[in-house]
Amino acid sequence: MKIEVRLFAVARQLANQETIAVSCPESATIADLKQAIIEQLPELATILDHVRFAVNSDYADEKTQLSSTDEVACIPPVSGG
Amino acid sequence: MIQITRDPIDPDAAIRQVSSTQAGAVVMFLGTTREFTAEKKTRSLNYDCYPEMAERKLAELETAARDRWPIVECSIVHRLGHLELGEASIVVALSTAHRRDAFEAVQWLMDRIKEEVPIWKEEHWADGTTEWVHPGLPPQEN
Repeated sequence: MKIEVRLFAVARQLANQETIAVSCPESATIADLKQAIIEQLPELATILDHVRFAVNSDYADEKTQLSSTDEVACIPPVSGG
Repeated sequence: MIQITRDPIDPDAAIRQVSSTQAGAVVMFLGTTREFTAEKKTRSLNYDCYPEMAERKLAELETAARDRWPIVECSIVHRLGHLELGEASIVVALSTAHRRDAFEAVQWLMDRIKEEVPIWKEEHWADGTTEWVHPGLPPQEN
């Protein structure tokens, strides 16, 4: 399946795109998605140990399972306020 | 009340919004654009966010704060886009019956916002370079 991942801040800058489409196995988890990103978009590999992912606007963990209709976002360390 | 806006923040409006005859205390925190970070000089800042999630997380934090403290009214406004030095990027204002609760709740909200809400600051340094601020992330080469 294809997972669309929204990018922000440095992730958007490194990929030079606002959204990436990542090919993942069916019922992939966030850990699988990260592995797929390393293979398909190596320019993002350096930050992946430091970012969180959100699924449908909630923080997810490595074991969170994805479906192709989920809204997935890559959340680099935040700096609001 | 939660708001994410590109318009300048009006602290007086936030105070008016949370003022209540049920409250004996109003505490407001204003985050403003600082000129120096260590020796580096800032010219301006830019803020971006993940809008749907940022609004949701701010609303969740307001609810969580109301569960912990007897808050009468609460207003959180975060600004986006280009900010000049000295301009406010965030206001957190709230009212409670007694001051201790208001001080604690504002501090707690600011600490949580800085950890959980998907909003990012981009430094526009005086030397002409720009840099997204990501605490804990090793510097990136671009």
